[in-house]
Amino acid sequence: MKATVRVELKDGVLDPQGVTIRNALVDMGYPEVGSVRSGRIFTLDVDADGSASAKTRVEEMCRRLLANPVIEKYTIEVIE
Amino acid sequence: MKFGVITFPGSNCDYDAYAAAKFILGEDVEFLWHADSDLRNCDVIILPGGFSYGDYLRTGAIARFSPIMKEVISFAKSGGTVWGICNGFQILLESGLLPGAMLRNRGLRFVCGHIYLRVESTNSAITRELERGDTLRIPVAHSDGNYFVDKRALDRMKEQDQILFRYCTRNGEMVDSANPNGSLDSIAGICNEARNVFGMMPHPERCVESILGSADGLRLFASLRQHFRQRVSA
Repeated sequence: MKATVRVELKDGVLDPQGVTIRNALVDMGYPEVGSVRSGRIFTLDVDADGSASAKTRVEEMCRRLLANPVIEKYTIEVIE
Repeated sequence: MKFGVITFPGSNCDYDAYAAAKFILGEDVEFLWHADSDLRNCDVIILPGGFSYGDYLRTGAIARFSPIMKEVISFAKSGGTVWGICNGFQILLESGLLPGAMLRNRGLRFVCGHIYLRVESTNSAITRELERGDTLRIPVAHSDGNYFVDKRALDRMKEQDQILFRYCTRNGEMVDSANPNGSLDSIAGICNEARNVFGMMPHPERCVESILGSADGLRLFASLRQHFRQRVSA
C-alpha cells in the first residue's frame, strides 16, 4: 500500500522559504496572497498487513526521521 | 589529551579541525570514520562542518544515524566532551544531544564571511579561559543556521546558562543587523545542561592563526586544553 506523508513547519515557526515565495507572488501581481507555508511530501510504498498497521509504522518513521518534532508537524494518509 | 575528529561522507572541515588541534595547539588527534564504532579513547570528539549526506532531508538528519553516532551519544551521556561545529552542531541538534533545531537562514542566502561573537558564558570547557563579553572574530559559512527553540526550552536554557555565544557587532552590541541568519535571540552557540556537549555555527577551526585573518578560534581550543590539563592534575 501507499502512504503519503506531509511534513510542514509547526504554526508559529518562521518559514523563510514561505515568506520569500509570498513576497515573490505579491511582486508578480498577486497581492491577494496573505501568507505561504512551505512543506514537503513523501510517498512511501509500504508492505503491511493492513492500513492500521502501516499507519502505526509510518507514524514511527515520522517521529524518528521524516519530521523533526521540534519544528515540524506531519499528517499521514494510507491508501490500500 | 587526544582529539577525535569524525569524518562523515560530505564533511569538509575535518582537516581544518585536525590541523588546528595537531599543528597549532600541538595535541594528539585522530580521524574517526562515520562507519566505525570505536572512539579510540579520545578525550574530545569533534563533529566538524560540511554537508554530511548532502544535507538530504534536513541538515544532520541522516548523519545522526551513522554507526559512530551511537558511540558519540553514549559517550556524551556518560559525561564525555563533544563539540559540534556548523554541520556538527546540526547533527547534535538532530540527535537530541542539544536542544532546538535549525531553520533555513532568514533571507534564504548562504552566509559566508567573518562575523563577531560575544561570549555569553564562561561556564564551559570551551569558554572557561575567556571573559564574559569578549568579542571574537570568527567565520561563518552555512545555509541553515537560523536557530530555533520553543519559548519554554529557551527560558530553561537561559536559566541554566546554556547560551555560550551570541552574534554581535564589532563592539559587542547585540543588534538585529549583526545577526547573519535570523537566529532566535541571536544565538550562535550553546551547551547542554550537563555542560559537556557544545554546538556552534561559526568555525573556530578556521581562525587559529593570524595568517588566516583571525586567531580568535584558537582561544576555544586552548580553553579545552586547559580544562583537560586541570582535570589530569586534579
